[in-house]
Amino acid sequence: MTSRDKPDRPWLIRTYSGHSSAAASNALYRENLARGQTGLSVAFDLPTQTGYDADAPEALGEVGKVGVPIGALPDMETLFDGIPLSRMNTSMTINATAPWLLALYVAAAERQGADRRDLLGTTQNDLVKEFLSRGTYMLPPEASLRLQTDVIAFTVRELPKWNPVNVCSYHLQEAGATPVLEVSYALANALTLLDAVRAREDVDAALFPEVAGRISFFVNAGIRFVTEMVKLRVMGDLWDELLQDRYGVADPRLRRFRYGVQVNSLGLTEQQPENNVYRIALEMLGVVLSKRARARAVQLPAWNEALGLPRPWDQQWSLRLQQIMAFETDLLEHDDLFDGSSAVTALEEELAADVRREMAWIEAEGGVIAAVASGAMKERLVVANAERLARIERGEQKVVGVNCFEESAPSPLAGGDGGGADQILVVDAGAGAEQIARLEAHRVQRNKNDVAAALQALRDAAKSGASVMEPSIRAAHAGVTTGEWGAVMREVFGEYRAPTGLGAVVTTPDGSAPGGLEAARAAVRRASDALGRRLKLLVGKPGLDGHSNGAEQIAVRARDAGMEVVYEGIRLTPAQIALAAEEEGVHVVGLSILSGSHLELVPAVLAALRARDLADVPLVVGGIIPEADRPALLALGVARVFTPSDFDLNAIMTAIAEVAAASAAAA
Amino acid sequence: MTLADDVRAGSRRAVREALNLVESERAADLAAAAELVDALAGSPREGARIVGLTGPPGVGKSTLAGALVRAWRGDGLTVGVVAVDPSSRRSGGAFLGDRARIDRPPGDDGVFVRSMAARDRLGGLAPGAFAGALVLRAAYDRVLVETVGVGQSETDVATVADATAVVVQPASGDVLQFIKAGLMELDGVLVVNKADLGAIARRSLRDLRVALGLLGRPEVPLVLASAHTGDGVDALARALDAARPGRPGPRAPAPRAARRARGRPRDRAPRHARHRRPRRARRRPRARHRAPRRRRP
Ligand code: B12
Ligand SMILES: Nc1nc2c(ncn2[C@@H]2O[C@H](COP(=O)(O)OP(=O)(O)O)[C@@H](O)[C@H]2O)c(=O)[nH]1
Ligand SMILES: [Mg+2]
Repeated sequence: MTSRDKPDRPWLIRTYSGHSSAAASNALYRENLARGQTGLSVAFDLPTQTGYDADAPEALGEVGKVGVPIGALPDMETLFDGIPLSRMNTSMTINATAPWLLALYVAAAERQGADRRDLLGTTQNDLVKEFLSRGTYMLPPEASLRLQTDVIAFTVRELPKWNPVNVCSYHLQEAGATPVLEVSYALANALTLLDAVRAREDVDAALFPEVAGRISFFVNAGIRFVTEMVKLRVMGDLWDELLQDRYGVADPRLRRFRYGVQVNSLGLTEQQPENNVYRIALEMLGVVLSKRARARAVQLPAWNEALGLPRPWDQQWSLRLQQIMAFETDLLEHDDLFDGSSAVTALEEELAADVRREMAWIEAEGGVIAAVASGAMKERLVVANAERLARIERGEQKVVGVNCFEESAPSPLAGGDGGGADQILVVDAGAGAEQIARLEAHRVQRNKNDVAAALQALRDAAKSGASVMEPSIRAAHAGVTTGEWGAVMREVFGEYRAPTGLGAVVTTPDGSAPGGLEAARAAVRRASDALGRRLKLLVGKPGLDGHSNGAEQIAVRARDAGMEVVYEGIRLTPAQIALAAEEEGVHVVGLSILSGSHLELVPAVLAALRARDLADVPLVVGGIIPEADRPALLALGVARVFTPSDFDLNAIMTAIAEVAAASAAAA
Repeated sequence: MTLADDVRAGSRRAVREALNLVESERAADLAAAAELVDALAGSPREGARIVGLTGPPGVGKSTLAGALVRAWRGDGLTVGVVAVDPSSRRSGGAFLGDRARIDRPPGDDGVFVRSMAARDRLGGLAPGAFAGALVLRAAYDRVLVETVGVGQSETDVATVADATAVVVQPASGDVLQFIKAGLMELDGVLVVNKADLGAIARRSLRDLRVALGLLGRPEVPLVLASAHTGDGVDALARALDAARPGRPGPRAPAPRAARRARGRPRDRAPRHARHRRPRRARRRPRARHRAPRRRRP
């Protein structure tokens, strides 16, 4: 270990942000840059991520909520107003609509007078993890892969400094993946993508090593930070090996494992949320301690992660953590601290062997695309998550404040009313309407013929197999909207619904306590007797929300508690949910909503149920529901509201059975 | 108007309540359920047919059901679906996820999909599936019954269906297994799904044709289809509509239908099987009877 005079340069310090409108987000970005943030990380709202206009029925309640709405080129120009794109490093968390948002970015840069070749940044552009975890996909897997490679082929030629894909393992861990699953799925995904790029005729074979070198990763780092550090060292070694052996990439610099991080948020708790600050700091150690496997960019969640969206101050608190780590500690003054450690080497070897086995399993399932379409990969994630939750319920996996050390003095952070709206960012209720008004104004002032011609060119390219990138950029300049672009893609390639991963192999691990599965089963039996047939539950995910963990685990536990469970997956309209409730003759409808749109979506579902003559079917709601909103939901007639604090799934099942039994008694 | 009248009139509310009733195990509901099914079984909607959809898990039955629904809707026909999923032996609970594969235009009320758990009928049809199909047949032009695809369900479904599509997976060995299992005796259509897989699907089709010839059943309709691309789905719909023309609906007389709607699910299938098999055997002396193999023990 040698200490040196000149410390290493720190990683790129970022905060993932964006909300309400392009103008509001622009103000936020400028503030963050002034505070010393060194790059931008753009969060888009769900309609933008899934290719809908703000006034589409699917967008109800979601516009401007969890990110910035970008409906057309003027929004993109506003978002970067006063921020010179030729000098900015911009990371965009965008996937299904990545070709379109990149096209808008290029068009906005061109209007600023920037040279395409100077553009620096990242499009996430990883669809496999959307199918497996994140949920903002649009098109079937094969078509998605094709558009991903359109982006890659385009940037190789036109935007040489751009990272066209960020292969994500982050979201897999957030869906319950173990380190083995996280690493193997991500690496297999990256190889699938590179194979597809290599098969393209418009990518010069001589440039292929450069393309491989441009693939970067976006990983997770959980609370078991030693394991996580080992994981990243292994990922780097395996990536280097795969690029050399499989593709013959000779230049070691092009085989370097470059990754950004968001640390684990799944383990951040609603109970005693102040403890999350420590968790975040420890999780960060896993990705900065070992110089050989250090992150290129880090973004951290905030202490109030499980409560709702962070306010600027909450984000600043996390930003300061990064700055303290980089500038106060001696972290950046040393060479790698772990090379040569026999303990670390042993852990590395074990993990690498498991990862190879898992990658061979994917191969045997027919490769990534087949194993995504069949649901095989998803099913393993759901199983892993069920095991994780059961360990927490049993108290085997300790979570301070949740299943141990639960007592707490009153918290000054809890807000005036003991845990309400003043702990989180409340998005301006008018944001959606304002965005719709802007969109309508935009539609009127653009040239209709240009728009029609641009859409036709886009359609032709999509159909013929030609790259959609240049036609998309032309469409951006012509004033085409996000929804119009998405509609053309849906028309050509078809809409897709991914497998839910719920199958026979997913079961509740034995002995899940406290409360006990037996007690829940007895309650379900009692309710079923009162109802005349087995208690039938519809688990519904209304809106564009892709957070499926809760719905999946509720469905698994409900089945294992003896209920018959109808679950169709994410992204249903209130009308589709009511239709299923009607046809299936369910006794209880349970909604899972984590997108913050519950105050819009719950009334919409209730109205849809009434329209199908189902006003008497009880409704329960779970998800990220701020305490302040609970009374409003109950007043609408919701029977029960569950939040992450209700981590005892058996108790939830008992409560659902009681709701059903009560409705049987009332009938 | 009685509930039966409302079902015949196509009221979705009535169809929902009728299906709830025939699924009920409450003693007080059994007589009403029996009466309802008796009433409806004797008065199918004009030209309505029940179509069974069977084959091993994962072969694409649900996806194909979605494609058939689209094809029939395209012809202006209304469609009812009963989709049966297995129940967990441990808890008695079940995941009912097949309906996700049947997508339809928003606001299309010409389709009604009811999922049922097989309950204690391991591998067989759900207890309410027979009665449910008869209810739906009174309100919809086509009724699809998708089975779990293991155990007794293939032969079970034939007792209620006018025609059955037996779906096989290309290059899986299913082809031979199905023939050996005696499924050839069903009044139906053999479907090789996943035609988009290309050569292996076409080869399975050729193998089947040869096998049917050797078994002396060259007349069994054979369709190569892809639920994904839609190729062959119209042909399948037509073959199902044409299968055994003129045959009256389920031959089970109404009182038997009523008995079905009642409890005692365990006895049910064997009784049907006993009833049906000798008749088939007489009609087709060459056919052999063997229990379909269990795909997943
Ligand atoms: C995991 C996670 C993800 C994963 C989701 C993986 C998956 N397939 O589910 C990933 C990484 C993909 C993800 C992505 C995003 N996320 Co996120 N995510 C989380 C996180 C960390 C945990 C959620 C979770 O899975 N918990 C575990 C499950 C088991 O708990 P649960 O769902 O709450 O369910 C429990 C109860 O609520 C209840 N319950 C829930 N549903 C139901 C249903 C019924 C019927 C019943 C009875 C009970 C019930 O029972 C469960 C048992 O305890 C939360 C923050 C947090 N710590 O809670 C943010 C959070 C939900 N995400 C958030 C955001 C903004 C996003 C993004 C939209 C960001 C963006 N702009 O792109 C994306 C896009 C996702 C999308 N498509 O919608 C915000 C939502 C903000 C808001 N509501 O105002 C949160 C709150 C983080 C934050 N503070 O900003 N996320
Ligand atoms: N390639 C291909 N896959 C199909 C086709 N039909 C269904 N599948 C896939 O096969 C799997 C099982 O389909 P599903 O309809 O659930 O089968 P079931 O269990 O028989 O109902 C899914 O992954 C489908 O996407 C098809 O025509 N072609
Ligand atoms: Mg099925």
